[in-house]
This record gives sequence, C-alpha cells and structure tokens, in this order.
Amino acid sequence: MDTVFFVGILGLALVKATPIAFGAMSGLMCERSGVINIAIEGMMLMGAMMAFLGSVAFDNLTGGGLPPTASLIFGLISAMLGAGLIALLHAVLSIHYKVDQIISGTVINLLAIGITNFVANAYIDPNGIAGVGVFPVISIPILSKIPFIGPIFFDHAPLVYLMLIMVALLQYALFKTPWGLRTRAVGEHPRAADTVGINVNRRRYINVTLGGLLAGLGGAFLVLESVGRFQKLMTNGRGFIALAALIFGKWTSVGALGSALLFGLSEALGVRLQLGDINELQALVLLIGLGLLLLALAFAALKLIRRGADKRSNRKIGVIAFAGLAMIAAALFVNWPPIDIPVQFLGLLPYVATVLVLAGFVGRAIPPAAIGRPYEKA
Amino acid sequence: MSEPVIRLSGVSKHFPGVLANDKVDFELAAGEIHALLGENGAGKTTLMNVVYGLYAQDEGKIYINGREVEIDDPNDALAQGIGMVHQHFMLVPVMTVTENLMLGHETTRGPRLGLLADLDEKKVAEEVKQLGEVHGLAINPDALVQDLSVGAQQRVEIVKALYRGADVLILDEPTAVLTPQEAEELFRVMRSLIAEGKSIIFITHKLKEVLEIADRITVLRDGKVAGITTPSETNESELAAMMVGREVILQVEKGPPHPGEPVLRVEDLQVKDLREQMVVRGVSFEVRAGEILGIAGVQGNGQAQLVEAITGLAPVEDGNVFVDGKDITNLKPRAVTESGIAHVPEDRHKHGLVLGYPIDENLMLQTYYLPPFSKRTFIQPKAVRENAETLVKEYDVRTPSISTLAGSLSGGNQQKVIVARELSRDIRLLIANQPTRGLDVGSIEYIHSRIVAKRDEGVGVLLVSSELDEIMGLADRIAVIYAGEILAMMPASEATKERLGLLMAGVQEEPAEN
Amino acid sequence: MATAETTRKSRWRVLLSRAAVPLLAIFTALLVSAGVLLIQGTNPITAYLALGEGAFGSQTAIIETLIKTAPFILAGLGIALAFRGGLFNIGVQGQLFMGSVFAVWVGYSVELPAILHIPLALLAGMVGGGLWAAIPGILKARNGAHEVITTIMLNFIASIVINWSISPGGPLRAPRTVVPETLPVLESARLPALIADTRLHAGVIVALIAAFVVYWLLWRTVSGFEIRTVGANPSAARYAGINVGRNIVLTMVLSGALAGLGGGIQVLGLEPYNFTIGFNVGLGFDSIAVAVLGGIHPFGVVLAAFLFGAMDAGSRLMQLRTKVPIDIVSITQGLILAFVAANLIIRQLYRIRAEAEEGPVSLSELWGGEG
Repeated sequence: MDTVFFVGILGLALVKATPIAFGAMSGLMCERSGVINIAIEGMMLMGAMMAFLGSVAFDNLTGGGLPPTASLIFGLISAMLGAGLIALLHAVLSIHYKVDQIISGTVINLLAIGITNFVANAYIDPNGIAGVGVFPVISIPILSKIPFIGPIFFDHAPLVYLMLIMVALLQYALFKTPWGLRTRAVGEHPRAADTVGINVNRRRYINVTLGGLLAGLGGAFLVLESVGRFQKLMTNGRGFIALAALIFGKWTSVGALGSALLFGLSEALGVRLQLGDINELQALVLLIGLGLLLLALAFAALKLIRRGADKRSNRKIGVIAFAGLAMIAAALFVNWPPIDIPVQFLGLLPYVATVLVLAGFVGRAIPPAAIGRPYEKA
Repeated sequence: MSEPVIRLSGVSKHFPGVLANDKVDFELAAGEIHALLGENGAGKTTLMNVVYGLYAQDEGKIYINGREVEIDDPNDALAQGIGMVHQHFMLVPVMTVTENLMLGHETTRGPRLGLLADLDEKKVAEEVKQLGEVHGLAINPDALVQDLSVGAQQRVEIVKALYRGADVLILDEPTAVLTPQEAEELFRVMRSLIAEGKSIIFITHKLKEVLEIADRITVLRDGKVAGITTPSETNESELAAMMVGREVILQVEKGPPHPGEPVLRVEDLQVKDLREQMVVRGVSFEVRAGEILGIAGVQGNGQAQLVEAITGLAPVEDGNVFVDGKDITNLKPRAVTESGIAHVPEDRHKHGLVLGYPIDENLMLQTYYLPPFSKRTFIQPKAVRENAETLVKEYDVRTPSISTLAGSLSGGNQQKVIVARELSRDIRLLIANQPTRGLDVGSIEYIHSRIVAKRDEGVGVLLVSSELDEIMGLADRIAVIYAGEILAMMPASEATKERLGLLMAGVQEEPAEN
Repeated sequence: MATAETTRKSRWRVLLSRAAVPLLAIFTALLVSAGVLLIQGTNPITAYLALGEGAFGSQTAIIETLIKTAPFILAGLGIALAFRGGLFNIGVQGQLFMGSVFAVWVGYSVELPAILHIPLALLAGMVGGGLWAAIPGILKARNGAHEVITTIMLNFIASIVINWSISPGGPLRAPRTVVPETLPVLESARLPALIADTRLHAGVIVALIAAFVVYWLLWRTVSGFEIRTVGANPSAARYAGINVGRNIVLTMVLSGALAGLGGGIQVLGLEPYNFTIGFNVGLGFDSIAVAVLGGIHPFGVVLAAFLFGAMDAGSRLMQLRTKVPIDIVSITQGLILAFVAANLIIRQLYRIRAEAEEGPVSLSELWGGEG
C-alpha cells in the first residue's frame, strides 16, 4: 500500500468528517446551554435543501452573470438561514412552551423530512437541473506542499477550512471568554446564572439558533461539496452520528472533531472499498488502527488545552495510541487473506461505531448538569 | 434617625394559588443584623427574592436609603449594593471559585470584544484572595466548587457578594448546613462585617439563633407581618406563637421508652460512596424494640450512605446488618422491606413518592405485588382504593380525593402519605431520615407524634436528622456520626447541645464509658 | 372526602378535556396545511375532499384505511408502551423490519397447517422485533446508552443488513427474481381475509386485540405497574424494590415485539406476501406522532392510528386528483405532533385551562444516564 493511497484516504476522511463536525458543533452550542438537540439531522437536511434552492434561485435571478462562487455563497447563506429558523422553532418549543426537548427535536426532524420531501417532489426534478456545481478546492500556497501532511490538511474546499477554524474558535470561546463561561453556567446550573443577572432563556435562544446556523453549514456542505444537488434524505443519519461524536468528544469541539474524523474515516474507507482499492479485512484493521490513533491525538490535544481532565486520561491516551499504531503496522505489513466482506457491511461502520461509543465502551460521558430541563424562575 | 438602608412598603407577591407576601412592610436599619423569622412557607425567601430582583413584586415599593428604586434583576440589586447568599448555593460545581465569582461580571483583558474577549482569571483570582483575607474568609480561588466543603462553599458565596460590592447581605437559612460550631464562626464573621459598616438580613426558622444574633426580629406568618420585636423584648415561646399563630408545644410529648430486644444490629459496617470513597467506616450500633435511636450529624458525614446500606440500596463493603437476628446484609431492597423494615427517605420527591401517580397508587408502592393489592400478577383496584381511603382518613392527609396526584399535595401532606404507607405495614423497624425537613409546624408535630406512637407499639426507630432539636426532642438514645464513624453514644438525658455540637464537629471526647 | 360518584364525574371531565387538545391540534394542523396548499396553488377543499373520499368513499376505500391503520396501531402501541416505561423507542422502524423478515422466513420455511403456521409466523415477528429492541434496551440498562441514538443507529443497521440479505447472493434472496425480494410466504401462513375476496386481513383484528392486551398489561398487572413506575420515577421505583434495569429491557422487548408484530401482519396479510425493498419505510417516525396524539394510551393510539391510516389511504386519491405530493400528509402529521406536544400552543389559541395530567416522566431527564 503506498503513500498516495494513504494520503488520499486521510484527506477524504477529513472531507467526510466535515459535515459531522459541523453537526457536532451545532449540538455543542445547544447542549452546553442545557438544551438537548436531537434535531441536528433535521436542521442539516433543511440546510442542505436551502443550500441547493438558494444557489439555484440566485443563479436564476442574476442570469448567470456573476461567477458561480457567488451563487454558492448565497446558497450557503440560505442554508444557514433555513437551518437557523428551524432551530429557532426548536428553541421556542422547548424553552417557551416547555415541550420535552426530545419530543421537540423529533417534531423538528419529522417536519424537516416532510418539508424537504415535499419540496423535492414538487419542485426539484431529479433529472432536470444539472446541479449548482461545487465549491472549488483551494490549495493553501506553501502549506499544501508539505509532504504527507500538506495534501491531507491544506488541499480542500473552503468549508473544510471553515470547519477547522470553527472548531478552534469554539474551543477557545467556550473556555476562555465570558460568552463561554455564561453558556456553561446556563447549562450546568441555570439558577446560579440567574442569580448573578444572566438571562438564562435568552442565552439559550441565541445559542440554539447559532447552533442551527452551524448545522446549516453542515447540510450545505453535503450539497455544495460533492454532488452539487439535493437528494431526499441525503443526510442519512449524519445528524445523529454528529450527536454521538459530540458525546464521545465530551462536549468539546476538539473532542468532537476527533470523533468526527473516526466516523469520516469509516465512511472514506467504505467509499474506497467500493472502488476496489484494498482487500477488505486489511481495510478494516487499518480503519480501526487509524481511528484509534486519531482519537488518541484528539484527546491529547484536549488535555493540553484544558486543565481539569480526569487523572486516568494520560494512561488511557497512551493505551489508545499504542493500540492504534499497532493495528496500523499490522494492517500495512501483514499479508492479509482476501476475505470477502460484503461491500454493504462497510457502510455499517459509522452506525456500529456510534453504538459502541454510546455504549460507553470507550468511556463514560457526563453531560452538562442541567441539560433537558426547561428553566423556570419560580 | 437616619433613613433605613432598605425599606419595603406594602409589598405583595402572589403565585398561582397562593399569596406569598401580603402587603409586607419591612425596614433594615444601617449597621444592624435584622432577622426575618417564620416557619417554612411563610414567605421569607420570596420577600427577599423580590428585594434581590429575582421576582417582581405585584404591588408595593422598595426604598434604598430613602430613594424609591426599581429592582428588575439581580444586576440592579447588586448595583444597589444588595447581595444575597441563598439557602441552596448558587455555585456551579464544575467550575472554579474564580470562574464562579466572575460569572456575569467578567473581567477581561486584551481587545474589547465584549462577550468574546479573553477572560482574565489571574487578576480575578488575586482580587478574590485578597478580599478573603481582608474579611477573614479563607478561600482558594483555584479550587473546584464541587471539591469544597459545605462551610467553604458558603464562604465563597459570601465573598461573591462582597466582590460585587455589596453593602447589604441577605443570608437565607445559612446555618441549615452547619454544625453549631460552624454557625458560631459564621456569627463571628457577620459581626465583623457589621463592624465594617455592612448591614445584614438573616432569614431563618430557628428561634435560638435569632435570639442570639439578631438586633431586631420581624416575624412573618402566612405572608403577613405578624410582629416586629427585639431579643430583649421576647422569648422563644412568644416568637413561636407569633410564627404559628397559636400556642406551640415546643417539646414533643413522650413517655419513657420500654426497650426490648434489639431489632436492628449493625456491626462494623463499611460503605463506599459513588466516588469509591469509604464514607461509612466501621459503624456499629443497635436499635432495640420500643426505643428511638437518634443519629445526629451534619449532612455529608455518611448518614445517607449508612441508611442506604441498611435498606439494601447501596452495597456493603464489609460488616453486617441484622434484623431480629437475621442477616440482611446486601439483600435487595425488596427483601429488606419484607423483613419488616419501613423507610421514610430523605428526598421525598425523588425516592419516596411518584409525583405523577395518584395517592392510592403511591400508598401501595412498597407492597403492590402482594395481596391484597394483587392476586397472581393482577392488580386489584378495589383493594387499592379501600386501602387508600382508610389511610388518608387515619393519617389526616388533606386532599380532594384519593385519585389526586401526589404532586399536587403540599409538602406536609406528601410526607404524611409516605409516613402512612410505611407505618401502616406490620413492621419491626422504622428508619426515618430527615422526616420533617421543610415542613410546616403542624405537620412536624403530627409526624413526631406518629413516630412516638409507633415506638410505644414496640417498633424500633432509627431517626437520622441534622436538626438537633428534633434529635434531642425525640430520641431516647443519641449517637453522633462524624466522617463515617460513630463518635459517641449516650442516653438522651446526658446530651446537651454543646456536647453534641462538639461531637458533630469532630471533636472527640475523652474516653469514658461508651 | 371524595365519593365514587364524584370520582366518576370528574373522570369524564378529565377525559373530555384530554380529548379537546388533540382534536383541536388536528384541526389546527389541517388549517395550516391548507395554507401550504393554497400557497402551492391547490384548492385545499378539493384536496381534503379527495382525501376523505379516498379514505371512506367506498368499501374499497374503507378497507384500505383499515389495512393501513393496523400497522400504525401496533407500532404506535410499541412506542406508547416504551414511553410509559420512560423510554423513547424510535427504533420501531428497524424492529418492524426485523419482525417482517422473521415472519417471512418462518412463513416460507416450514410447512404446517394454517392454525399453527399463522400464530407461529406472527410469533416469529414478535421475536424478531423483540430481539432487535433488546439490544438498545440492554445497552441502556447496563451502560446508560441513551436509546434515542442507539435505536436510530440500529434502524440504519437493520436496513443495511436486510437489504444485503435480499440482494443478489444474500441468504434470503428469492431465486430467479429481478427485484431484491424474498420468497413469498406459503398459503398456510397467510392471514385470512375478513371479508372474502378483499384485502381486509385478520391483522386488523390482531392489532385491536393487541391494544386491549397492552391496556390490560399496563394498568391491571404487576408487571405493568412496575413498567409505569420506572417510567414515572426510576429512583422511587428502585426504592420500591423494582429492578429498574430488568424493567428497561423488558419494556424495550415488549415494545419491539409489538413493532415486530406490526411488520409481521404486513407481510402475512398483504400481497405479494413477501419482503422487498422500500417496504413500509417511514412507518416508524409516523408512529411517534400516532402515539403522542393518542395520549400514549392504547385506546387513544387506536383512534389516532385510524386517523393516520385514513390520511395515508386517502392521500393517493388526493395526489391523483390534485397532483399534490403525498408528502403534504407527512407535513400535516408532523404539525399534528407539534401541536399536541406543545399543547400549550393549542391551549393558548383556544383558551383551554390545563388539568393536572398523569404522564410518564420527562424523557429528557434520563439523558445523562440513571435518573
């Protein structure tokens, strides 16, 4: 197996991880403020649809006179608006009407599915519009030439860079700014925040809506990154995987990115496998090894940035990293018998991984303490 | 005569179904400690929440130093120099002291990015440490609040108010979680704050404290002012009468115990908490039939885990529990119940009742699977109903019907439901854990009398309470638990508040006969 | 003191007020959807009339409605039961699939007289659904994994595994067919028709019986009491000596069994009596709306299922006549759910006072693990 292939897979993993990471950050904004968000899927779906419709509309309105990127950007903005609106609905239902937040999230998902299917059936001809095109890949001048790392990280569509920037920004903001302090207080002990004059519900409204914007970016990415058109139900469960990534990443954006990379990797490998690049079993081992390594890196980064992590984490990170490296080595150097794993089964990987993560096989996770409970003054 | 620092004039506040404050007039003079006294539910906390801006009053005015003000939220109150230390601490457990103090009023450095600016934790930590030293309140700015002791957390709360520049401090039931010695320490701090020119409002329902520390006392009853007086002009019985509106028997009526054979024997019990720390460390005692053993101690010294271990809700690391000679160590809760143990739990909403269930279903919660409530896996609604009607009458539970949801009842009636359920069974041992916390005087009296009645029927009673008055009034023998160990055991006649207070604070006595 | 008389009267009043909100929610949702139709350029009255005619306008229509109602009843019961136990079982979709596959397999693999074959196949459906639901149940009970996400993941996993099994080379693939599908179920396993030569199959009866059974289970048995108590207050349940973990698994298994039964009657009752791609997709999520609209009560679920079944049955005629995509029905159903869940909206709109209601514990409270 050669480097090109390796680099290709990792790069693809980052791409596939991007919508999941956006979704996870969306969940982060909500859950850190104390609002459960299982509607990420619906928000991403709306975002995807609006991205498509927005760019098409813009294109039609301006008669194709402006560079294609302009309509793509308009599509992006439409996506954020659409998802933001639906997030606002979730906020209104769960904060003002105090609907159980899981039910409220389900309602949003149902509505999103219904609306997007309706619009797709009514207005989008599956064979008609050729699609709106995709964002061009931008190679960052010097950095993308660095051997091995360069093409993995610095040769991507702009939304990928945006995602990486957001991850860093959100990590900083959550722990080092007044906004982050207040957000966390509102999610952990809203009454305490109230008694120092913070408007709990307003903070929740704003954060949930901002979360919607992020989910919209994730959905837009699906349309504006690869296929250039909207397909019904194209999110395919990514919103829920994003939620698992968030939980696994201990409600931090860096952690969520690490988990998203794991899921993205499984998706990337599935894609490559269908192209017949590698022997199935070897791919599986490689995936697991890479995933573990990435995980360890993410947690290590988390530990560096954030004090107060649990004491056993050093050893845990070491173990995970070692296991990862061992498996990668095994994958590369052992002669694997060509066992036939049905192609479909590799599509299972993200979902199975999510279940394993949630089952706590990789560590218990503690959510913000006040999550799920509407805040009442009395 | 200078203007009072705070003056409330005709303040009323109502919630759906209840008038919490009814045209209340209140004055806080400069440099005084003014106690706001009343029983649970009298409206004291509500009134102060209005002053602190957490509630808006429905009518009435607030004057600060003679000027009428609008206080719409805590920021306004703090701007007026009013700070509040709540009964349940308003600190975020997973954050540090510094973060908690900064919250809402953050100091930042660097470019002015508003909410996205960089927090300046070092500076605040410095300021906080200094502030603590100045007032004699030692606190560690970098500690996580969840790692602090209760007393330390309270100090943090006080510093938090001072940090925001409060000249007036409202303290809501501050001694509820302190040992008598810690309470004395708090009083010392309060006096020193007064000496620096602050003024303090002190909310409580404890008569003795009020007489000790207050300069003036305002008594609230059912939302109205029942009287304003000073310690020199009044005494406990008068204050109690003002609080309740009738003669109050401060001492529980009970005859001497007639103890029989030991019903409960605990030997060398060791129990861990959820964090794998050993919180019960080799506890041994027995409870005999027909006596009340009271375990006194400040919350957090292992009593909760002790009770859980006895009742089968927490695993026992080492040691044994015997009921009537039978070993029930580590048996499941149901088996424990079936060996004749009744348990009135500490948290009635979480463990004692299902708030969403009607009263009749709550009344069969422990034994629903046995006849008469069920025959061969089928529930018998008639039996359930009849049992409920009998018990509601017998235990004087005030409710419109037996189908009323438990969540609609008052605290006192909810506790009566639990007590009715537990005491109506054929039991050998009753474990009552903080049985009257948060209840009105009438309910407290009733439940105490029921406990004594059960004792006189020959049932053994294990009473766990952090209210010393309750222990001293009810128990025949008293044990004190501290840091997971029983420090002393004595007949009630030999117990004094001072002696118990010292033990509760961990001060060992010279070895005497035990 | 309350007498039996006043208790009965107040029970009727409570029932009436409980019915008011769902009815008004339906009405409001239809209104909003009418607005959507207007914007889209269709006359809502024509559309709704077509909907009604497609659902009730002829014997065939009514039969279609009943046929579509039956699986909704069962899936809705499954979700309602889980709700009562404090669990949100969104995995009904996957459990339904598993039930269908198990039922189909028993349907064509063994030869038995119908009197044995049908119950066996139905039982297989329940086993399939129950087993599939046991997985998230066990994960929740032992590891605290929240069932919302695990069940959704298992839905996807079920889809993928089943699709593989009926694709070329898969173990369940019927030989010599072009479309991915299984062999058809034998004659002896097919549910008899209730009215000769019509599509109305005995599965409808099965569904109605199931509703009674679930009611009886929840309110008249010890097990049901335990399930409800765990849902209402898991801490108090523990204190009452109830084994919370075991009940979580039991609740999920029963819930999944109901969903599996729903899948089973579909393959055993409807042409072409086999399992194929695109089979009953979307039933799962819609059943959530059925359960909530039905007040999470078996009898309410039957009524709500009937409404949804009627809407689904009538939607085809509506699409035929007015060219409106049938997804408008999904939107309406979503709106109904929204309005019922946020019944405060309805109450404020129509000025209804709230009665204290018995209900299962907030599902959100179990988000972080044990309550």
